[in-house]
Amino acid sequence: MSQLIQHLINGIAAGTIYALVALGYTMVYGVLKLINFAHGDVMMVGVYMGYATAMMLGRQARGSVGGVLLIFLVAMAGCALMGFLIERFAYRPLREKPRLTALITAIGISFTLSYGFQLDIGFLPGSAPRAFPQVIQPAQWFTLGDPEFPDVVLWNWQVISLLLAVALMGGLQFLVYRTRFGRAMRAVSFDHRVAALMGIPTDRVISVTFMIGSALAAGAGLLYAIKDTSVSPLMGLYVGLKAFVAAVIGGIGNVPGAMVGGLLLGLVEEFVVGYAASTWRDAVAFGFLILVLLVRPGGLFGRVAAEKV
Amino acid sequence: MRRFTPLFLAAFALFSAGCEKKSQPTPADTGPQGQATQPAPTGGTPPASETLLLGEVSSLTGSQASFGVSTQRGVEMAIKEANAAGGVKGKKIAVRVYDNQSKPEEAAQAATRLVTQDKVLAIIGDVASSNSLAMADKAQAAQVPMVSPASTNPAVTQKGDYIFRVCFIDPFQGFVMAKFARENLKLDRVAILQDNKSAYSIGLAEVFAQKFAEMGGKVLATESFAQGDTDFRAQLTAIKKTKPQGIYVPGYYNDVGLIARQARELGLTVPMMGGDGWDSDKLFELAGNALDGSYFSNHYSPQNPDPRVQKFIADYKAAYGNTPDALAALGYDAARVVIAAMEKSKDLTGPSIREAIAQTKDFPGVAGTITLDENRNAVKSAAILKVGDGKAEFVTTVNP
Repeated sequence: MSQLIQHLINGIAAGTIYALVALGYTMVYGVLKLINFAHGDVMMVGVYMGYATAMMLGRQARGSVGGVLLIFLVAMAGCALMGFLIERFAYRPLREKPRLTALITAIGISFTLSYGFQLDIGFLPGSAPRAFPQVIQPAQWFTLGDPEFPDVVLWNWQVISLLLAVALMGGLQFLVYRTRFGRAMRAVSFDHRVAALMGIPTDRVISVTFMIGSALAAGAGLLYAIKDTSVSPLMGLYVGLKAFVAAVIGGIGNVPGAMVGGLLLGLVEEFVVGYAASTWRDAVAFGFLILVLLVRPGGLFGRVAAEKV
Repeated sequence: MRRFTPLFLAAFALFSAGCEKKSQPTPADTGPQGQATQPAPTGGTPPASETLLLGEVSSLTGSQASFGVSTQRGVEMAIKEANAAGGVKGKKIAVRVYDNQSKPEEAAQAATRLVTQDKVLAIIGDVASSNSLAMADKAQAAQVPMVSPASTNPAVTQKGDYIFRVCFIDPFQGFVMAKFARENLKLDRVAILQDNKSAYSIGLAEVFAQKFAEMGGKVLATESFAQGDTDFRAQLTAIKKTKPQGIYVPGYYNDVGLIARQARELGLTVPMMGGDGWDSDKLFELAGNALDGSYFSNHYSPQNPDPRVQKFIADYKAAYGNTPDALAALGYDAARVVIAAMEKSKDLTGPSIREAIAQTKDFPGVAGTITLDENRNAVKSAAILKVGDGKAEFVTTVNP
């Protein structure tokens, strides 16, 4: 029983991060019908920005609320800028071209970032994984059983990252359904040519969507780095792929779907590894995807031909 | 905005080119081009060029990059020294280095390129057994001798009579740690956490489990992960339930560092044990203090007072600024074994270099004295190191 609780805690912690990364996929897909395969690598760059900030702050970064906030702010702002540039110079010129062209460009950007960051020149970090500084000083908030050899441990960063993720998701949901900008996003998603005719600045809406998606990726990446205590240039490929699966499971283009998809995937993986073997992890994760798509081709929350954001 | 697209594509091409191939034939570029017109890669034709070209396949990027870079530096040093001493048979030696990105498929491709296009005399590489296994078929088929610096999986040299190594093999490392755990640490109950994606890890874990049980201990649980995972909490939670006295983690440093941190975090404080895959400065950076009090078996210790070893360490430090790890020492040894064999070889063809390598006996390497047995494996002792305070201290030597 205690093992089950521990697996639940671990699974939710992992799933939250998949969910946050999946949100970025889903937003961009919702608005542009583009699967932005560079999303995971934008996340990786965000983590390196956070890493650099934490290194500059030095000891002050450890356990201080201001330091953590600054790290998140720098990384998220930096990634928002990067998202803007990528959209502006890589995707926008291709917007009226066949969709495959943009997809291939996305894969190109993904490889440029993940392999470019393995170069060891100047400010580029080199290929070896690095330890991410413990910006949230780990503390056990709850233990069950023998305190020396606890059966269940709940860590402060697990709670903090869950709360942070829920807050970011809530903010996004509010933005999409309760604000003027959100209405513009939904309009562009529905038909960007008609939206433009109605006086909606489509280019600006798409740019901002990319920026928000990239900032969310940076936030998720930092939570991931804090959880797994490491950062490496190839981390984006792996997490990005998993988050993409999560977005599809939830119904790509659907915000609550991405959250549920991420959490489900995190839990499924945790239970597979905990009770079977980790070699099964990917097989089961993708098997789960196939199963969902067989039963509900639009994903769990997807509705065919409904408006999507 | 179309004008930005070519710029972007150019940047991408630049990046991918920069990553795919980091080849630097050391003294002169004339070698490979001069050989390009030569006939079939049978290994039977002596090279006509001025430099003798060796090939190296190494994990310069990817998850085992720290190993690959160290090895490559060791090789480079050995070749520089040999060239400074006049080269082999009056000719300079050059090395063509290909990066395999820590992936077997890239390693196989690189090996093919070395034997068919570059027509190298011998191949040095790789560190990871999975990569060496992929390369060995290519080298064997082309009759080009291949010497692995640090692939410890037994299957590597079983690929054929052209495949050698200058390190000991997995069964020995698994046996050494099982013996050390039973006799020195007096452990009765242990768990194993192995990397199911790596032949190296599975090999060590199997022998450890078998020997530990034979010596009267009990293996409580065998959990697995896949190389590149970063969340090990599920496996560690399952292991914790069995309440072991120690955990054997025969993985690579990048995984082990994270495993150690997450284990401590879940409240698992027992010592961990591992093999030479732990040996990297990066391990201490990744693990922080989480590995204090843990042990691993290794090929050599820089604390070895042997003057030969100390001279190697001093030279390496002067060239690269840090203390060489075991991989650098093994890369250095591998290259020197090959160079010595080339010197002894009759006509510098694949078969005759192979013959000369096979006769290596009591060769004074910096990571132990090398004698190759009939299975083309080096027979030598292992060092046990203890982790503490961000470094590894020499504890004892275990003989075969």
